Amino acid sequence: MNRFILFVPLVGFTILAGLFFLTIDRKDKDVLPSPLVGQPFPEFEMVSLETGEVVTRDDLLGKRALVNVWATWCPTCKAEHSFLNLLAAEGIRIYGINYKDEERKAIQWLASYGNPYRWNLSDTNGQLGLELGVYGAPETFLLDSRGIIRGRHVGDLNARVWSTLEPEFESLP
Amino acid sequence: MMRYEYRHWLAGLLLLLGAVSAHAVVNGYKYPFDDPDDIARFQHLAEELRCPKCQNQNLADSNAPVAGDMRDKVYELMNNGQTDEQIIDYLVARYGDFVHYKPPVRAETYVLWFGPLLAFLLGLLILRQMRRNQKAAPAPLTAEERQQLEQLKAAVSADSSNDQKANNS
Repeated sequence: MNRFILFVPLVGFTILAGLFFLTIDRKDKDVLPSPLVGQPFPEFEMVSLETGEVVTRDDLLGKRALVNVWATWCPTCKAEHSFLNLLAAEGIRIYGINYKDEERKAIQWLASYGNPYRWNLSDTNGQLGLELGVYGAPETFLLDSRGIIRGRHVGDLNARVWSTLEPEFESLP
Repeated sequence: MMRYEYRHWLAGLLLLLGAVSAHAVVNGYKYPFDDPDDIARFQHLAEELRCPKCQNQNLADSNAPVAGDMRDKVYELMNNGQTDEQIIDYLVARYGDFVHYKPPVRAETYVLWFGPLLAFLLGLLILRQMRRNQKAAPAPLTAEERQQLEQLKAAVSADSSNDQKANNS
């Protein structure tokens, strides 16, 4: 019994080492889970970047869609842009939130790299971003036809990421 | 005496005037408040809330644009008369438990909250066990063992007296 106590530190160390080993390879350790998954997309009333027309939450409803948060100051947004063009060409609805950006630059960007978005909101002061818990760009929200947020991806959207997100997206009502 | 009191009042009035134009300075930005208590409240909130972008900094220290937006939001909500709890809930509802340095007590955070206490109690238990083992008096010898001991003693003393004789001769 007395000898057994000598092994307590070893057992403790082994448990800790095991826990650390399990998490050492986690790629997404900086990604925060969104508490908004399962919640309705926040209400908004803003003007479209392209036409200046007023768009509201109702304009998101009807069909499952992606809502992509992007900005011209964000290099990763540039990296994922061609993939968004590809998805849009496949007929997937993508709405854009131009986050904390300059409208002039954003319009220029869409003109030169192509516009995969149905429409864009210009969230110059980041208030909608705040409502959505956005903490960096790019971020992509999965939305069902009733406007409920069903998932969020932080970072680059590419073919590899989409292969895991697509089944989830296709299963949305 | 009267004059002294008058000066006292004047000092109070000046302090009050100073307070009216006071502001909290957080990360180089000024946030004006009417009530000096609110300055402390604002500073406390900015330190207790965590920047989701640069994850090792609080809202007061972080230079990230999102931290600035969140500070402004905290300021706005405070001016709307929201309590600290309401403001924290507002941000937690959007950014998750992560934004608050004090995690909630829930089933999934039990290990976090009570783990150290458990480890401490376990340590105490082990310590007590070790002490008890050290202090335990050796069991008294049985009759047989005592007899053996006497024989050994006799043998040793016989040996040493033989040695003495050998040395003397």
